[in-house]
Amino acid sequence: MHEKTLTELADGLAAGEFSSRELIESLLSRIKRLDGELNSFITVTGDQALAAATEADALRARGEAGPLAGLPIALKDIFCTRGVRTSCGSRMLDNFIAPYDATVVEKLSQAGLISLGKTNMDEFAMGSSNESSFYGPVKNPWDLNAVPGGSSGGSAAAVAAGLAPAALGTDTGGSIRQPAAFCGITGLKPTYGRVSRYGIIAYASSLDQAGPMAYTAEDCALLMNVIAGHDARDSTSVPRPVPDYRAELNAPLEGLKIGLPKEYFGDGLDSGVENAVREAIKVYESLGATIHEVSLPHTHLAIPAYYVIAPAEASSNLSRFDGVRFGHRCENPSDLIDLYKRSRAEGFGDEVKRRILMGTHTLSEGFFDAYYKKAQQVRRLIRQDFLDAFENVDVLMGPAAPTAAFDLGAQKDPVSMYLQDIYTIAINLAGIPGISAPVGLVDGRPTDGRPTDGRPTGLQILGPHFSEARLLNVAHQYQQATTWHRQRPAFAKETR
Amino acid sequence: MQWETVIGLEVHVQLATRSKIFSGASTAFGAEPNTQACAVDLGLPGVLPVLNEGAVAMAVQFGLGINAEIPEVSVFDRKNYFYPDLPKGYQTSQMYHPIVGPGEVEITLEDGDTKRIRVHHAHLEEDAGKSLHETFTGEMGQGMTGIDLNRAGTPLLEIVSEPDMRSAGEAVAYLRAIHAIVTYLGISDGNMAEGSMRCDVNVSVRPQGQEAFGTRAEIKNVNSFRFVERAIAFEVERQIELLEDGGKVVQETRLYDPDADETRSMRTKEEANDYRYFPCPDLLPVKLERDYVEHLRATLPELPAEKRARFQNELGLSAYDAGVLAASRPMADYFERVKEVCGDAKLAANWVQGELSGQLNRENLSIDDSPVSAEQLGELIRRVMDDTINGKAAKQVFQALWNGEGDSADEIIEAKGLKQVTDTGAIEGMIDQVISDSPKQVAQYREAAPDKRGKMIGYFVGQVMKASRGTANPQQVNQLLKEKLDG
Repeated sequence: MHEKTLTELADGLAAGEFSSRELIESLLSRIKRLDGELNSFITVTGDQALAAATEADALRARGEAGPLAGLPIALKDIFCTRGVRTSCGSRMLDNFIAPYDATVVEKLSQAGLISLGKTNMDEFAMGSSNESSFYGPVKNPWDLNAVPGGSSGGSAAAVAAGLAPAALGTDTGGSIRQPAAFCGITGLKPTYGRVSRYGIIAYASSLDQAGPMAYTAEDCALLMNVIAGHDARDSTSVPRPVPDYRAELNAPLEGLKIGLPKEYFGDGLDSGVENAVREAIKVYESLGATIHEVSLPHTHLAIPAYYVIAPAEASSNLSRFDGVRFGHRCENPSDLIDLYKRSRAEGFGDEVKRRILMGTHTLSEGFFDAYYKKAQQVRRLIRQDFLDAFENVDVLMGPAAPTAAFDLGAQKDPVSMYLQDIYTIAINLAGIPGISAPVGLVDGRPTDGRPTDGRPTGLQILGPHFSEARLLNVAHQYQQATTWHRQRPAFAKETR
Repeated sequence: MQWETVIGLEVHVQLATRSKIFSGASTAFGAEPNTQACAVDLGLPGVLPVLNEGAVAMAVQFGLGINAEIPEVSVFDRKNYFYPDLPKGYQTSQMYHPIVGPGEVEITLEDGDTKRIRVHHAHLEEDAGKSLHETFTGEMGQGMTGIDLNRAGTPLLEIVSEPDMRSAGEAVAYLRAIHAIVTYLGISDGNMAEGSMRCDVNVSVRPQGQEAFGTRAEIKNVNSFRFVERAIAFEVERQIELLEDGGKVVQETRLYDPDADETRSMRTKEEANDYRYFPCPDLLPVKLERDYVEHLRATLPELPAEKRARFQNELGLSAYDAGVLAASRPMADYFERVKEVCGDAKLAANWVQGELSGQLNRENLSIDDSPVSAEQLGELIRRVMDDTINGKAAKQVFQALWNGEGDSADEIIEAKGLKQVTDTGAIEGMIDQVISDSPKQVAQYREAAPDKRGKMIGYFVGQVMKASRGTANPQQVNQLLKEKLDG
């Protein structure tokens, strides 16, 4: 059952091949057996999931169940869940139980989807390898020496390992697309404002966006149908009708104009990854698409701009974690300043502290104009690059990450870790949607020189604002023509 | 040396919305701590602000009320600092693009002259919570501070003046004018005791004739008209003394202590926070459609300055009367109703400012609590105007209405038999009686020189009025007495 896609599971439930209870039980048992090694979940909500499954089966028996009722899903631990710990991967929130559900959690539950639990992540979504989590790193099910990517690494690994058929992640600078690529699954970062941010613990508010992670583009479409839409509780969510994301999946790609940004195929791109991406593009050509080289001239400024804007917002967003009202508080503070200092020193990990300090610096008097203001100007240029490119092509394609998954502990300095997001970050700055789909297995170039022909890599497909349906269509057509999305790591095989 | 005082005010007005500026929690005053704070006000992780449209409308109304520019776009910024009663670690405010641009407020000085004070801008922001330092009981209570977040997220309009005021009196007049405007507009209850209005006062002094401003001190959170006056008076004196002794004023934040009647240093410029303002990424810029602004303009009530002008020009009141009556909306509304009922603006003004205000002040009541309604007072004045009662009886009637002895002037006039006697025969009868009862006084009167007689006649008038129990028409009594005594 655990190798089936969400769509297949929905069909199976509808056909009565198995019950929701059986499905949930089987996944919970896999989590119990396998996740000790993988560490993809922070919290498993087994009892709640089983109760919900029983209820879903009863509804189905009465003919009252919606098409998605009783299907399992995993939630990145950044989504607030009523009555269940929401840690955001941080010691700071190790004891935090949100009194409300995030809007997307509410929507999933209204559609009848059942949460298996909360998945591991980089602390406060800051990281590209899942090594900054207070709960320890997640292992990549394709190679337990490798990272799953980040920050939605737990969600990606749980899906790839067959512990959940789908998961929600969030993407601030590539946190859905890069782990999806590293774990060989499909992940969509929607247009900024398409999915409500209410109840998502903020990292960088102007960049954060929630999205689906699953085996296939079709499954991502299924989930987008549930989570997309305007939310009056999020002022930045866009009041625009939600299309049926499955409706266009089968549209032919004849005449599709694909742009290849030359900046995405330069130095630093692993040759294995490049080959896999170019092979995928050949498939598109065979499906009737035409290829055009384009340029996004401000690409080299994306990472510097991001590492001004995101930490600036984060330094402000994370101020509320001060030990006063909720979350971690140090023992026996001597006075208020001591309470602040020690609670935050103990509660936050190094990467979070690093970004808070960067953000505090760039916003401070005398530096604001030189950094923050400048970065916002760069952001407009980057956005304009994309708008200009989409004048001539329908979608852009390139790698999701410069390499396949690297080894745990391999990226020693923060800046080389930041460069992991070189192809994903500009998309968040521009607010456009992007999807990553698996296109091959490559050599991960591990630190000890072992051969690792077997780490996944992803193709990233980008489109103009609100073009999710088109992106899903483009990814789905590839998945109809190929089988990379069907590959599962040995770790996920039933015998485990 | 002659010194000139320079004052600028930052007035914080709590807007009278039912719910908070970014959440649906109630803004009602006086609830149990933390019962009016929802997840948004508590700054729980994941929650987001949603702007209250009511607060926007009120801010725009204020802007229109002071003839300010209303920019098409305003932006909320975050002001970052740590404080236990600031739940999110930042206050959402407007730094770079406030909702109200430059405008002006007219104040009336003590000599009746008016002066225009420029408003630099007004911006919307959320209030913080409150730290409670009182002793908490129980084992854990020692030395603890409590946090009440009921106020957190309460909408405030911060109105920033230019440094245009030159005395404590002008500052108070300005504060009163702002108070009048916001209460006229109904956008704030203006209750200073409950913190609905408070201000920061910037004070500096400079030698008379010097153009450059002196170094200023900012006195934080002054919450009454009287304290503003006293805080400025103290501060001006302190600064002048300091300068005359060869010292220097340092730029700093000070606190006014009403008990000691002095200002004290809180922190100096060197310790000032770096607030790291930046646009709040959770809120979109506020775009105001012209139609919307014009609609609000059309619904504006008549404001104090216009009302004062109308009272003077159309009703013929003195500048002073017009100013006093227009200063508060309940007072103005009361006066206008009295005027409507009786039909005479001057009499209405005299009664409202004289008898009624005197009595209200004595009993420390506001106009809204007056036991005598505008209708009742208007009726009473009408009975004076149509000679049903004389002035003296009118005061009796007023007192009876105040005491609740009757529902209307007519009822009381009837019950107390205060109807003025204008029947010449009846008055003549009473006069004859008084004359025959007072032979000595009559003789003295008749022996006196004509220019002394005017004063002496008062005795006879008094006697006749007494005999009529105050109901005789005084003019008639005077006239007839003269005729009879002068013979």
